[in-house]
Amino acid sequence: MEKLKKQIIERLNLKDLKPENIGNDQPLFVEGIGLDSIDALELIVLLQQEYNIRLSNAEDGPRVFYSVRTMADYITAHSGAVKVSP
Amino acid sequence: MSSTSWIAGLGIVTAIGKDLHQNFESLTAEKAGIGAMQWLPSVHANELPVGEVKSGNAALALATGLSPKLPRTALLSCLAAREALEDAGWEKNNSLRTGFISANTVGGMDKTEDFFRLFSTNPVAGRLADVVHHECGAITELVADALGIRHFVSTVSTACSSSANAIFTGARLIRSGLLDFALVGGADALTRFTLNGFNTLMILDKEKCKPFDENRHGLNLGEGAAYLLLASDKGMKQLNKIPYARISGYANANDAFHQTASSPEGTGSFLAMKGALEYAGIPPSAIDYINLHGTGTQNNDIAEGTAIQLLFDPAYPKMSSTKAYTGHTLGASGAVEAVYSILAIQHGIIFPNLRLETPMKEFPFQPVTSCLKNQRVQHVLSNSFGFGGNCSSLIFSAA
Amino acid sequence: MQKDTSITASSLIARNKIIKNGQCIFEYPGNAETLLNETYNHFEIAYPKFHKMDMLCKLGFLAAEILLKGTNHENKYRETETGLVLSNAYASLDVDLKYAKTIQSGASPALFVYTLPNIVIGEIAIRHHFKGENAFFVFKQFDGNFMAGYVNHLFGNHLIKNCICGWVDLFKENYRALLFLVEKDNPENAMAFTAENLNLLNLPEHG
Repeated sequence: MEKLKKQIIERLNLKDLKPENIGNDQPLFVEGIGLDSIDALELIVLLQQEYNIRLSNAEDGPRVFYSVRTMADYITAHSGAVKVSP
Repeated sequence: MSSTSWIAGLGIVTAIGKDLHQNFESLTAEKAGIGAMQWLPSVHANELPVGEVKSGNAALALATGLSPKLPRTALLSCLAAREALEDAGWEKNNSLRTGFISANTVGGMDKTEDFFRLFSTNPVAGRLADVVHHECGAITELVADALGIRHFVSTVSTACSSSANAIFTGARLIRSGLLDFALVGGADALTRFTLNGFNTLMILDKEKCKPFDENRHGLNLGEGAAYLLLASDKGMKQLNKIPYARISGYANANDAFHQTASSPEGTGSFLAMKGALEYAGIPPSAIDYINLHGTGTQNNDIAEGTAIQLLFDPAYPKMSSTKAYTGHTLGASGAVEAVYSILAIQHGIIFPNLRLETPMKEFPFQPVTSCLKNQRVQHVLSNSFGFGGNCSSLIFSAA
Repeated sequence: MQKDTSITASSLIARNKIIKNGQCIFEYPGNAETLLNETYNHFEIAYPKFHKMDMLCKLGFLAAEILLKGTNHENKYRETETGLVLSNAYASLDVDLKYAKTIQSGASPALFVYTLPNIVIGEIAIRHHFKGENAFFVFKQFDGNFMAGYVNHLFGNHLIKNCICGWVDLFKENYRALLFLVEKDNPENAMAFTAENLNLLNLPEHG
């Protein structure tokens, strides 16, 4: 998840944040980190580019991207043998 | 001294026709122009339906007398602009002042894409001459030169409301006595830049779009160009013909919510429609037809519908989104839909909202689903809401 | 033609300087990106969305912040009373090219969103809750005649009670933002809002 946090910070240009500022279970959207709908779309591109996973239904977004942990679980579940290390 | 803005000429090219007559025939025959990509070389060719103008650049160049190497947006723009001038009987060497206010969002992007593909693999590949017309203003200049308009030339670039804004900018210049004729409207060609961009925003429908339908899945991109030749009282005298209609109201507001999404309450839309009615000095009940912005996205249709409910409840005029015919023509959409609104007035016809199966459950009203003839169409409200929160509404009235 | 509109404030961002009402209030060496980020930090603006904006929006956003600083604008006007009329020559070309580079590997929605020049207006409107009339024009160079005519027309038709207008242009290291706050009252030392004065203030000697 540390690697994932770094990727999120870089892709979303979250200049004031470091990986230690993002809790594993902290909500990413609205409260918490305060990401918006465009950030959600960027995370979809991130999944595709870094993990080769295609999220074709935008409505799944809120569930998958709820927190870093839910993202990591989703990636593990859809990557076959590749496990995302904490 | 404040002149009316009369509409003296119309010109249009879209997925449903290469000129005014063809567009009208398709509208009344309920024949949409959305389908698989045939001219745009894209990896999404078989995935995403679009509203392409049914002509390659070579044919457009022949029709306009311009070079086929020019950007597609310029070719489309010139074709429609010239039709509007000829339709009005405007002469290049008339003694009055003519302005050209044109909108586009894409500029010469199609040429830049071709250049970029070559350039990115080899820094000396690609013709620099191809990208000289990249930016939006260059397209306008090109077409102004081809048409012989020099007095005033300007480009508007406010996303999907661009050409609606170009139209009322022209109307303002006529009203303040700064111009006698204003050729106003816009053009946008389909490009991979916009297709990929909209795709990444996940608002494209993989099927043909269904505006204002409960089960809508997004928009289809389209391309095209449309222009109105506006004339002052003095200009109309010189043309010596009967105008199609006049512009009786317009307003613009910012939604101030998000760069690309509308506020759920449709604040910007509401302010624009209300402002246009106030400017025209007519109550909501005087509107006979609303040409909706109606892109088919979840977000737009609910925001626009909410604003309509707030403004018109309980008496709703007939309404439809003609994007079901043409797709969303972006920078050209305000003008394309202005032309259709004026045709509605001229012929007393209300065009249908194609492919509507299940009306949205949120609203007590729905768009019309078949072509209605012999209607009394005196005042038409046309909506154009763009990215950046730019919301515009125009009202056209019988002359 | 409105005779009683005046320019009550101006801001200019060009050549590494931030100039408010003719006085240089900040400068920082380096490239455009450095200048804009340092300006944001220096004035302690605290608006995290700033970091997501493209260069053109950062430029316009900051020029508007500097313009409105100390004017008590938020207490003087309602949301629909402020007009925003901007113009430039390069449209959104700077971010267009950045976005185009991403298409092959995975088009970036965050960049695509900015590939329209009027998004600058959108960002300023969102920040200050401006819901009034707004327009964006593309011209080869700043046109004081057009701007004065267009904006005075809006005042004349009672569509706005004040206006932020001017020029916001950026392409790579070539940047210039010149904004004017135009109001109906006529404070003694305020310059009249006319084409002549706009063109005068746009001259290089003023920044």
